[in-house]
Amino acid sequence: MSLLKSNGVLILSPRVIALFLLLILFSSFCVLYSLTSGSVDIGLARVVEIILGDNEGMQGKVIMELRLPRVLSGFLVGGMLALAGALMQVLLKNPLAEPYVLGVSGGASVCALLAMMAGIAGAWLNIAAFVGALFSILLVFGLARLGGSWNPLRVLLTGIVVASGWGALVSFLLAVSPATQIHGMLFWLMGDLEYARNFKLGLAVLFCGFVISMLIARGLNLMARGDNQAAALGVSVDHLRYVVYFLASMLTATAVMQAGNIGFIGLIVPHLVRLLLGSDHRILIPVSVLLGGSLLVIADTLARTIIAPQQLPVGVLTAMIGVPLFLFLLQTTMLKSRS
Amino acid sequence: MSLLAVKDLSISIGSLPICTSFDFELQCDEYWGVLGGNGIGKTTLLNTLAGLRSAESGDIRIDGLALHQWKKKQLACTLGLLFQDSVDTFPTTVLETALTGRYPHLSFLSLEGQEDIELANQALSDVALDELTERQVDTLSGGERRRLALATLLVQNPRLWLLDEPTNHLDLHHQINLLNLIIDKVKANRGALLMVLHDVNLVMRFCTHVMMMIDHNNIICGPVAEVLSTENLSLLYQHPIKKIQSDGGSFFLPE
Repeated sequence: MSLLKSNGVLILSPRVIALFLLLILFSSFCVLYSLTSGSVDIGLARVVEIILGDNEGMQGKVIMELRLPRVLSGFLVGGMLALAGALMQVLLKNPLAEPYVLGVSGGASVCALLAMMAGIAGAWLNIAAFVGALFSILLVFGLARLGGSWNPLRVLLTGIVVASGWGALVSFLLAVSPATQIHGMLFWLMGDLEYARNFKLGLAVLFCGFVISMLIARGLNLMARGDNQAAALGVSVDHLRYVVYFLASMLTATAVMQAGNIGFIGLIVPHLVRLLLGSDHRILIPVSVLLGGSLLVIADTLARTIIAPQQLPVGVLTAMIGVPLFLFLLQTTMLKSRS
Repeated sequence: MSLLAVKDLSISIGSLPICTSFDFELQCDEYWGVLGGNGIGKTTLLNTLAGLRSAESGDIRIDGLALHQWKKKQLACTLGLLFQDSVDTFPTTVLETALTGRYPHLSFLSLEGQEDIELANQALSDVALDELTERQVDTLSGGERRRLALATLLVQNPRLWLLDEPTNHLDLHHQINLLNLIIDKVKANRGALLMVLHDVNLVMRFCTHVMMMIDHNNIICGPVAEVLSTENLSLLYQHPIKKIQSDGGSFFLPE
């Protein structure tokens, strides 16, 4: 299916606008639903009242200070991961690429675990994770640049090897950590929105990332057809690559710093959108951001409530929702294209 | 002024030289065929002329202006390159692919309009793909993909056409049809053409000039009538070639 019809309907056709309105409605519904659920039952009407300004009392406190920051951060993290995944897939010319493939999360994990072992908590833990992510980004970029010309396969292999190096370090740190810290560490590694409270940072990063991505979207469409083809059609591929690399990395680093390793969103959401709507990045990017955000909010709501009062790491839920959804879509679209 | 002027050009891949101190000029209304054995560097030469890889030394000018001084998009409006293969990692439709040819013609933030879609549809019907505009590219046959790549180049509509084995995967009917179509288009733009072919008889039929890449020190260039001989071809392919006269024309065949 394509959103560009040969009878001359353009990108901003009524169909596309309807699709976006529907998605925005769906995202808002996910956020509102997530706000109503939790250990304290608060009705939808009351939630809306509280958000609109009437935030007196205990319920107001729960919504404004606990749930709203967490839900918004969750949405932003999901959006960042989906966007980063879409960018990585184009950069590496590989539909299986995802935000963590170049070792960003590995570097973040090692630094975060080291920080935990040193007894650091709260905001400093996030900063440690961010430093680790940045270090890994620069390391892979430097190693990939050593060989001269850019080769997606070599970048990918470099990233994968560095990531597995980080993985070994993570295992080592887990093995030597005291038993009392292991639980917290595992939760961090599996991805957890418990400490994601700073949604202003996420909002700023996602907003910038989104605007830049939309500006280069037409160039990305050409880059997806091969770097040489894009260059022959007038895209400054060398510059675009660096923009995409650092954009995807910063989005991933910010997401990891807030929520640890949340798998599947960055791989599945852009892939799913490609299956459903094609690969025009002017549509793929906004749809991925909205869908990624919504999916993570749903997963986090379930993680908080499914076996309440105990909480599950949200990364487990994203996989449990994402895997069957993706397999189902893969099967149905394959059947459709065969018939 | 020549559309493409190459002076003292040296290209190598690692330690393997492709050409050394090569001089060459391509004028408007000239149609060049490039002949050469496998791995001699025809594709590398084409990519270098298009600015996709840098030469070791030498000067390449397009329409009088040095290659590196061109703005990328303006260059793409003047010079178009058909690759040997196309990449389709991600799902995309035939029409979307043809529309990418409009990229250099559109400003940074503009969306493709009615006019662009009409141009793309026209090019698709020129290569007889108008029935398949909504098809996914990965469901096309090899020949259909080749025609789609050509349609993209028709949409790009440059003056200088560099084609890397345009007839790959094409049946005889489409080979003749599409080469005719390309020649007409180049003529209409008062442009020039340089295409790699493996069929000497297609070069005879469609080209005014020929470039024979024998080795990096010996690249024979000249009008078809002067250069295309059994001696040169036998030297080029390291295989005896004979000439056959028939129906008032002549054809080259391997012995």
